[in-house]
Amino acid sequence: MTFPASAELRNDPVALIRDKALWIRRRSFQMVYEAQLGHPGGDFSAADVLATLYFGVLRHDPADPRNPARDRFVMSKGHCTGAFYAVLAAAGFFPEADLSTYMQPLSKLNGHPNRNYLPGVETNTGPLGHGLPVSVGIAIAGQIDKADYRTFVLTGDGELQEGSNWEAALTAGHRKLENLTLIIDRNRLQQGARTEETASLDPLDDKWRAFGWHVEMVDGHDHRALYEVLSASPKGRGKPLCVIANTFKGKGVSFMHDNVAWHHGVPNQEQYEQAMRELV
Amino acid sequence: MSAAAPAPAGWHDCRDTFSRTVEALAEADPRIVTVVSDSVGSSKLVNFRKRWPERMVNVGIAEQTVVAVGAGLANGGKIPFVSAAACFLTARAMEQIKADVAYTNVNVKLIGQSSGIAYGELGPTHHSIEDMAWLRLLNNLTLIVPSDPWETEQAIRAAAALDGPVFIRVSRMPVPDLKRSNAKFEIGRAETLREGNDLAIIANGVMVHRALAAAEALAADGIAARVVNMSTVNPLDEATILEAAKTGAVVTVEEHSVRGGLGGAVAEVLATHDPVPMRILGFPGFLPTGSADWLLEHFHLNAAGIADAARQLLARK
Repeated sequence: MTFPASAELRNDPVALIRDKALWIRRRSFQMVYEAQLGHPGGDFSAADVLATLYFGVLRHDPADPRNPARDRFVMSKGHCTGAFYAVLAAAGFFPEADLSTYMQPLSKLNGHPNRNYLPGVETNTGPLGHGLPVSVGIAIAGQIDKADYRTFVLTGDGELQEGSNWEAALTAGHRKLENLTLIIDRNRLQQGARTEETASLDPLDDKWRAFGWHVEMVDGHDHRALYEVLSASPKGRGKPLCVIANTFKGKGVSFMHDNVAWHHGVPNQEQYEQAMRELV
Repeated sequence: MSAAAPAPAGWHDCRDTFSRTVEALAEADPRIVTVVSDSVGSSKLVNFRKRWPERMVNVGIAEQTVVAVGAGLANGGKIPFVSAAACFLTARAMEQIKADVAYTNVNVKLIGQSSGIAYGELGPTHHSIEDMAWLRLLNNLTLIVPSDPWETEQAIRAAAALDGPVFIRVSRMPVPDLKRSNAKFEIGRAETLREGNDLAIIANGVMVHRALAAAEALAADGIAARVVNMSTVNPLDEATILEAAKTGAVVTVEEHSVRGGLGGAVAEVLATHDPVPMRILGFPGFLPTGSADWLLEHFHLNAAGIADAARQLLARK
């Protein structure tokens, strides 16, 4: 299985990812503006990771979204559906026009993703601390079957305060799940404050190493760095991979940058128009 | 673990039926795997581990993960039997059961071992008398409370054949084989084990044989009690409940809290469609210290207690 964009990708993977990341930011912000609901700060911190995965790394087939050989991606920070739905539409899992129904009555695009409504969603998330444990289960299935597919999961950083992640981290380390990659959207902000003011996570890399994981720290907005670390073959590593993607909430728009108010803040018309002028 | 009195000869620990049936299924279907939270011995899965070590996933003492990993294994094409003590599997991992299993609607089989008050003296932390109430309102999740070894095997096999989430209560309290003739198990279909038109006793799990004994005692008084085995709690066989209501009085019996379980489910149906006098027999809540047998006797959850409740109810009919 190859990703649909493979031909473009061969020419210049990073340029394609950059284009898609910009499109995800613009389209998701339009969704949030129209719905007057959403989590745009986290959409923007995760946009580059999502673009890199869907346009540079994941082997998937939108025409056959449950192909058993597919790479899995689990969006554990399920509240950031603006960016997640935008990337799924961009990758071809459903028509872009559906994005205009975001959170409208009876829309398939609920505030949190539902596998039974939308192709491309692997598991229903929303409550935090669920995506990694489920991803560990998927990776174990692949390990038992000696299958080729990889499992990727994106969590927030505040989300790591949920204890379920650390249960799952133990199991993944114990079983040496090299087919599993956790990406942490390390924007250092949770709903109401900085993570380090709330329940501090640092030294975060040491924590994962102590649990038996291989850790890579990258600039989570550097498409080339993300592409290189995520597309490298895991074969022979003998450990699950934790990529700490250092990001900024609201990345790409000046007044949202690193601003906790934009966790679930929504723009008025003036803010929307200014953001669109900046996102070019 | 609990110091229960020795069971009568020929009675069964349905955990043995569970493990034997899962092994038989695993022989025929490589997708079958077991998932445990250090609960190998208590699930009677030592032999499974010996036969298929690579098909047993032990996540350690981590119930949230045992359920979530089950959901992930199902995503990877496996048919996971997640087996752990019912008290911890439900209370500790309720959100995983809700979100990862029921709401996502994945092919996971949850086995709540040693459910109800089987752990006796170990107390309310280890009792699971809230699980039916918590689980029965989750959409998509089939909930089965088998009554004896035959029905336990049928439920496990039906769960494996169904593409969807299932929770099965498996008690460690010995029960007799109810020795049905020509019985056919079907998920969502209650079973009338004894005919009678004076009143109906609706029971499930380890209370079914006690309900049958109560009906026998009532027959000696000339009272014809129908006995219905409501082993599937979700989806609920409402038609059989409404048929039972035509007797004019309904007693429910469960190894569970009197709030929100089988009795609650039956009461919802009757109150909505055909209210008749009802008694809900079960436990009042957190229980005092005592063996499983002692608790059942103390709270009159035995043949005599059920028969007495039935007689009192008939006076209101």
